[in-house]
Amino acid sequence: MKYPKVAEIARFMRRKILEISYHSGTSTHIGGALSMTDAMAVLYGHVMNFDADNPRWAERDRFILSKGHGVLGYYPALLAAGFITEKKFTTFQQNGSDLIAHPVMNLDLGIESSNGSLGHGISMAVGIAYSAKITGKEFKTYTLVGDGETNEGSVWEAVMLASHLQLDNLTVVVDYNGMQNDGLGKDVLEINNMSERFKAFGWNVIDVDGHDIDALVAAFERKSEHKPKVIVAHTTKGKGVSFMENDNSWHHNRLTKNNFEAAIAGLEA
Amino acid sequence: MEINKRNIRQWSRLGTRGVFGQAILAVAPEHSNLMVMSADLGSSSGLERFRKAFPKQFLNAGIAEQNMIGVASGLAKEGFNVFATSFSPFITMRACEQVRMNMGYMEMNIKTVAIGSGIGMGFLGNSHFGIEDVAVMRAIPNITIVNPADCSEVVKVVEAAVNFNGPMYIRLTGTANCPIVYSEDYTFEIGKAITLREGSDLTIITCGPMVHESLQASELLAELGINATVINMHTIKPLDQKILIDIMAKKQPVITIEEHSIIGGLGSAIAEYMAPLKERVRHLSIGLPDAFITTGEYRYMIEQQGLDAISLSKKIQQFLKS
Repeated sequence: MKYPKVAEIARFMRRKILEISYHSGTSTHIGGALSMTDAMAVLYGHVMNFDADNPRWAERDRFILSKGHGVLGYYPALLAAGFITEKKFTTFQQNGSDLIAHPVMNLDLGIESSNGSLGHGISMAVGIAYSAKITGKEFKTYTLVGDGETNEGSVWEAVMLASHLQLDNLTVVVDYNGMQNDGLGKDVLEINNMSERFKAFGWNVIDVDGHDIDALVAAFERKSEHKPKVIVAHTTKGKGVSFMENDNSWHHNRLTKNNFEAAIAGLEA
Repeated sequence: MEINKRNIRQWSRLGTRGVFGQAILAVAPEHSNLMVMSADLGSSSGLERFRKAFPKQFLNAGIAEQNMIGVASGLAKEGFNVFATSFSPFITMRACEQVRMNMGYMEMNIKTVAIGSGIGMGFLGNSHFGIEDVAVMRAIPNITIVNPADCSEVVKVVEAAVNFNGPMYIRLTGTANCPIVYSEDYTFEIGKAITLREGSDLTIITCGPMVHESLQASELLAELGINATVINMHTIKPLDQKILIDIMAKKQPVITIEEHSIIGGLGSAIAEYMAPLKERVRHLSIGLPDAFITTGEYRYMIEQQGLDAISLSKKIQQFLKS
């Protein structure tokens, strides 16, 4: 393992996902948070350029959570990166909190945009990346899209424009866990050829094990010229918690005391 | 741009969309952060000259209005002053939820510009009409809505909008050979209604192409000894509260006239304003019916729908007698 620090962040994030989910006392989007965790740990722990003490720094890399229901995989990354304090973090889903079940734009907390409706964030990311191109700014733009989210036609509108504009400063991560709200993607709306779809739209495509940190880092670091880049991260929904893995009942579910304790014990084992 | 007799005549011939193209071209040199977007309707939106003169400040999103608004949001987030243009139903309803998230929820500095709203698209038919656009945009928080009365006012709106920080929906209406309301320069301010005519019997509150029609109807009414005040409520949201207080104080009937469905537009906004008042005045809301109308030339439809000056004056007379 070349990046033990990133692996440690991913472990920290998984524990935090379970903690705030359990302490919220409500159903939360756990499964998809655990599938995106390693990509987020790589982004915030290694790839992205930012200054958590100066969250509005103009040269910071931008991250947009297009898959807005993935906040449980996002807030722990912001916590690990120092954008939000532990105190703020524990306000998750308390009345009046800045941290609810979908991101609410708050630059001081490192949250670049409000999301929750699928198929929106990638368009905004295209606009941000294009703005950097035409103003000669060096920062990079990243966005994480769910595989189910690619059911939305607007995703492909954005994908077309990004390749047309040759946005090689844009990287999209597809959290390809193969599941969505109603079950297996292949049963809801077939998306088994994700990489071919992006290739056909003129993107540089990198298929990667979405839980292999070294491979993720290599994918992010691979140069793309004149083309936007997509990292199709093959992931497991519920990754890291044995009884959640590939069980779509954990797409949106509530942790009891027993299964919270079992999940934490499983993580630390 | 100078508002003088010659320009006013020339703009009137062009119509609102052509004048929008000229106005945005005129303000561009002083606004290096301006970005104009189109969804493959640049030439139809009077933007050809802009595209050629400022190629780096023009972005065609292709026939993809939803993505256009999302991309506009990313550009606005990074400091661009974005004007996104398309036909009314596409930019308000096709992209409605993108408008809601990006302009409403995040309050991004985006101006959406509807070309040929109302029934100005004539034979292109209801698929291209903007008859519910104000209703839809008005229901989304944070969006200022402006509907200029004539081509000079389009220039005024563009000049004001480019210096306005926040989301706005600019509703361009009418056709080429657009009637002239303002025959000389005047003061325009977003959110501040303009009294065009003073009368002692009733108040007409109107906007867009119905301003000219209402002024003509007022002349017909004046011949019968009925004197109307005519207010150009060019900003439909937020309403000019100050002028409304003055109007209510007169205790005269209020007539709203708009080239928009009677559901959810200016008439609804005025009715909502008046409903809780202790001393209410009678209100007649005139607009397009809650229907997809039979299509034809613009003037044909205006007359069919009773929005021409003669029909308006008759409706108002009947209302006053009833």
